[in-house]
Amino acid sequence: MATIEAEAAPIIVKDPSERVSAKLVRAFAKTPLHLFLAFIALLWLMPTLGLFLTSLLSPTDFTQFGWWKVISKPHLATWSNYANVWNGTDIPTSLRITAEIAIGGTALPIIVAALAGYAFAWVEFPGRDWLFVFVIALLVVPLQMALIPVFHLYNVAHLYDTILGLILFHTAFGLPFAIFLLRNFFIGIPKDILESARIDGASEIRIFLKLILPLGLPAIASLAIFQFLWTWNDLLVALVMARNTTPITVDIFSQLRQFGSNIDIIAPASFLSMIVPLGVFFAFQRYFVQGLLAGSVK
Amino acid sequence: MEPPVTAAPPSGGPGVLRRNAVALGFLLPAAIILSVMIVYPTIYTIIRSFYGKDAHEGFLPSGQFAGIDNYKSLFSTNILVTAIKNSAIWILVAPALVTSIGLVFAVLTERIRWAVAFKAIVFMPMAISLFATGVIWHLMYIKDPGQGAINAGVGAIESWWSPPGSLSNAAASTSGLTGSPQTGYVLHKSISSGGTALLGLTAIPPTDVPSSAKQAVVPAPKSGAITGVVWRDFKPGGGVPGKVEPQELGLPAVKVSLFDSSGKSVQTASTADDGTFTFDNVSGSGYKVGIAKSTFAAPFQGISWLGSKLITPSIILAYIWVWAGFAMVVIGAGLAAISREVLEAARTDGASEWQVFRRITVPMLAPVLSVVFITMLINVLKVFDIVISIAPGSTQSDAAVIAVQMWRQSFGGVNDFGLGSAIAVFLFILVIPVLLLNVRRFRREV
Repeated sequence: MATIEAEAAPIIVKDPSERVSAKLVRAFAKTPLHLFLAFIALLWLMPTLGLFLTSLLSPTDFTQFGWWKVISKPHLATWSNYANVWNGTDIPTSLRITAEIAIGGTALPIIVAALAGYAFAWVEFPGRDWLFVFVIALLVVPLQMALIPVFHLYNVAHLYDTILGLILFHTAFGLPFAIFLLRNFFIGIPKDILESARIDGASEIRIFLKLILPLGLPAIASLAIFQFLWTWNDLLVALVMARNTTPITVDIFSQLRQFGSNIDIIAPASFLSMIVPLGVFFAFQRYFVQGLLAGSVK
Repeated sequence: MEPPVTAAPPSGGPGVLRRNAVALGFLLPAAIILSVMIVYPTIYTIIRSFYGKDAHEGFLPSGQFAGIDNYKSLFSTNILVTAIKNSAIWILVAPALVTSIGLVFAVLTERIRWAVAFKAIVFMPMAISLFATGVIWHLMYIKDPGQGAINAGVGAIESWWSPPGSLSNAAASTSGLTGSPQTGYVLHKSISSGGTALLGLTAIPPTDVPSSAKQAVVPAPKSGAITGVVWRDFKPGGGVPGKVEPQELGLPAVKVSLFDSSGKSVQTASTADDGTFTFDNVSGSGYKVGIAKSTFAAPFQGISWLGSKLITPSIILAYIWVWAGFAMVVIGAGLAAISREVLEAARTDGASEWQVFRRITVPMLAPVLSVVFITMLINVLKVFDIVISIAPGSTQSDAAVIAVQMWRQSFGGVNDFGLGSAIAVFLFILVIPVLLLNVRRFRREV
């Protein structure tokens, strides 16, 4: 598992004269702290575990038992809910749609933002700083400001209820942060490398493709993870801009009205919707943390 | 800091013009998308907020001009005022809590070997959609302690203080037994030494009868003692009240008390599997036999976390579960950057851990703390998914915040785009201070 520590481990200089007894005393003094943190960690894990175990309970067992009973009575667990969700509902389709939106909604803003970020970092043009300040201002515009007009726009442009429409919306609202992050990263690339490439007569496009993109890969990776999780987990945009071409969040949302009566669909579907983001998160934790630290305010 | 003009491409031609063209080419896709999807819509929404529900939607809105009517209704319609109040609670409570919990976690994990694992666990909810978080916590908050984990926990703690009775629903089977579940039941008739007390109870669901229960037996009288039986005075088909009959079970482990003529409890006993009990060494008469009220204490019913009173705090708790990890990681990174020497010097000078934390760590972390706080502030204003997925239908309007009402008024059946726009603009106005702060911070850096 990639480390989550962004910091370098502090070097604690141990007193060589320290006796074993002193070490023991210190270890014991820390026991309450360990216990407390272990308790917190359990507390933090429990809700997710609860959803997973609930998803393994048959609807009749759910009305009789709390999910924790599955731990003491493992025979209660069944995969049948998952089988039903997979074979009897639209969830597989909406998972596919979710993936398409998330992949498109990640790739497009990164390409567009990398181009713009390069111009902001390394091409001089009049009004550059002002334009960049404007992008920073857009960083905090709530997407609620765009829902109504874009909804009308999409109706006119036949983008309503399309995957492309959702991708474009996520692209637009991902762009300010992406440009901000990439520009700040690109500006840290050593100037000499670019200068010598320019003197050698390389075109700007060539410099961008052959130098900036490879060097900017760590920042692009962080950004990709952020944007991917953001688009995968979106509910609001899809709720407004789509009716039938809906991602999994909207699909589950439409089931929420009868919470309890169709928990056997909601719980497994919710857990299915979490698998991909959790996988991405654990696989690329390091980049995720880096991105978090690089772009503080969104 | 910028590449000098003399470093223009050697390919000749007017360098400046060429560079501008290059910049334009690189910026064009972003410029088009941002203009069409954010800038134009922002202007449209601001204008739209001054038009009525039935205005014509064109390139710009036209028709039914409404002035500031939408803003008036924003601050006078009950459900919208509730939403604004809820948002205010969110703003006041959530960012501060997330930041301080993150700070505590970051400081506590600093010298723990398994900090990596701890951080991964606390950080994990960040990857889950706020919507799925809502589903998760809806399950946690179920009122029935048999299903909702939180109420199960609260119930377990409560039953430690005041254990629930084994027979919370029971009632007396005959009028000979007086009292109520709140006071306990006492046999009206006085009993003398050598006598036998029959305490029949009904309205006991079969599930409340312990599996160890055996056929009830009327104990034989015993001299120098008072005997008796507590039993479930009911059998399929009814039976005769007040009479121990076949198929009627004794009630085990019921606490019975013996009261003397002054009403003082002089002995207690517990019933056997067949419901019988014995008070030994009893002499004289005028005794009464009763069942203690603790037997009938109602079990914990569960707190309605998702009811109208607690719904907003409940959702905020779930929100903290998601974001504490973010705060912890960002603050942890800031903590690692603090010079060890300063802290060690303070410790050497005899400062306590608390003083070091209060006087050195926190002040040095102030910039990081404010970044986390402001990030959470913006985030809290836009909170949406988690609210609509945790709150059940009955308390949706009690839980609603500004962003939720923006969606409801515009797309959730009401379809009032004028009012919806006004709500969006209100939201926008609230983030403008942060917008200015960001811009100022950047201008300082350049």
